[in-house]
Amino acid sequence: MQRQGWLRNRRLQEAIRQYNRGRARKVWPHLLLKLMPANRFNGFKDYGIGIGLRIPHYTHIFEKKPVVDWFEIISENYMVDGGRPLATLDRILDRYRVVQHGVSLYFGSAEPLNREHLRRLRALVKRTRTPWLTDHLCWGSVDGTYSHDLLPMPYTFEAAKITARKVREARDYLEVPIAVENVSSYAEFHMSEMTEWEFLNEVVERADCGILLDVNNIYVSSRNHNFDPYEYLNSVPAGRVAQIHIAGHSKFQKYILDTHDHPVIDPVWKMYEHTIRRIGPTATLLEWDDRIPSFDDVHAEALKAEKHIHAPVAVAL
Amino acid sequence: MTLLQLQRRMARAVMQPLTGADRIAPKTDAGYIKPNDRLTSVERLEVYSRSYWFRVLDSLYDDFPGLRALLGQWAFHRLSRAYLAERPSRSFTLRNLGSRLEDWLRSNPQFTGGRYALALDMVRLEWAHIEAFDNAAEKVLGPEDLLELGPSFRAGLQPYIRLLALQYPVDDLRIQVNRASDERGAASNASLKHKHGNLTRRVSRSKPERIFLAVHRLDFTVYYRRIAQEEYRLLNALRDGQTIGRAIRSAFENSSVSTDEQRSMLETWFAAWAELGWLCPARSKGKRLTQ
Repeated sequence: MQRQGWLRNRRLQEAIRQYNRGRARKVWPHLLLKLMPANRFNGFKDYGIGIGLRIPHYTHIFEKKPVVDWFEIISENYMVDGGRPLATLDRILDRYRVVQHGVSLYFGSAEPLNREHLRRLRALVKRTRTPWLTDHLCWGSVDGTYSHDLLPMPYTFEAAKITARKVREARDYLEVPIAVENVSSYAEFHMSEMTEWEFLNEVVERADCGILLDVNNIYVSSRNHNFDPYEYLNSVPAGRVAQIHIAGHSKFQKYILDTHDHPVIDPVWKMYEHTIRRIGPTATLLEWDDRIPSFDDVHAEALKAEKHIHAPVAVAL
Repeated sequence: MTLLQLQRRMARAVMQPLTGADRIAPKTDAGYIKPNDRLTSVERLEVYSRSYWFRVLDSLYDDFPGLRALLGQWAFHRLSRAYLAERPSRSFTLRNLGSRLEDWLRSNPQFTGGRYALALDMVRLEWAHIEAFDNAAEKVLGPEDLLELGPSFRAGLQPYIRLLALQYPVDDLRIQVNRASDERGAASNASLKHKHGNLTRRVSRSKPERIFLAVHRLDFTVYYRRIAQEEYRLLNALRDGQTIGRAIRSAFENSSVSTDEQRSMLETWFAAWAELGWLCPARSKGKRLTQ
């Protein structure tokens, strides 16, 4: 399995090299669809376009059995000992591919990883056989008290070192590739020593882990902190991107909030297209967590990504 | 400033109670946050503080609809804020946010508006509901296991079952609240407000009535089953690891029920428990569950 992923990756890289050398006019969509950049950070899996598994859609999914490339689940919703959540998950696993996405490992918290959390997470990883696992590049707990929020990191070398160490510890214990997600933020710290994208690179290099690149989060943060989102996108190490997130957000008078309750806006689609051109088609997931429309509407919104995935690749590897 | 020092300062600021207008206290320590051309340092911190409070308040709101109906929206909101300010989450999951509410309420009866015992019973029931929903289920003791049934046999009780001795019939009240909630979709806002007011009045006028309850689940749905006091004692004794013989003796200790009646009751109970899958292998002493 790993060998196959590696070969596909090599073929894609060769195709892209030829394009860049002017030997090929473009990399054909059908080739790209077959050659999603499986890499060691996403378990060498060529997943397509997925959506988040949400309770309001359960009935539709079980009755209609729609074709969906994959579902992303929020790990914490299923880190229980029994009952309906796990029974429902097992039914989903019978039919669909699932990737786990966490919200409270808090790699960036100064305190050690929560052992109970890890124990439950490992049990879930065994159940779902998720090919890779994601959580956020943020903090949210201190001295054992939890905020249940994705709080922003100070971009310091000390923070990068602590965060990377915890990512490594989690990966070693869970025995699954880990990708960290860039979060939306509303605050910056005086003590930061680098930009957000430099910090992201510092962490993933030190941890040798993957990236869950949330394009919408980059857009939101770029508006809140006045930076060029394309400078961010262009700095991301393409070979480490395991997965992409897209989502909608809410605009307020003085800032933008990452609410996941709207369709994806055009500027974010443009950033997505730029990302795909740069790194190649990558497993992509639409997040929609509040005021959730029908399953068909959410899925249709996610499938808009296909149009951008079909765009020719024009990148330097 | 180290990462830990920064996180302690920011967590303290984010999790401090909001003002009455749902704003962050204006003199909050926010010197470590950069202002920008639109927001001051405190205003940027406020985005996180409001988000924190709305999230945890929403979570309690969803988990304790019975308590909410009993106290009314405002009193429930006041109670929630006070509880969360004193007992912020110590778990990685919001599922456990209300786990310490019963304990907190015992020290803070002033938040129940003179309906302390009723409110306490409702909190115990609603937390038991959460536990019954997703706690573990062990292998059910089958007919072949029960062949061995004798005075020295030990059987355990499914971990998802919660046994409650209550002073008020809060099971009925909670079911009424659920029904009212189900009707919500069809009703207009005005009639909803009227119905909610009626429900709050009805619930708060509930009269004391000693009941014993098993909160359990069947086919992944949580149910409240009224049980006799002797049945309650027997199930608790089994959960504590006593043999069937000792558990039966402790269940009927000081009971006026005749021996014939006891035999009949035991037959009925064991048949019901077998049908509901309540009995499981006894746990070893080190792993015994506590209530």
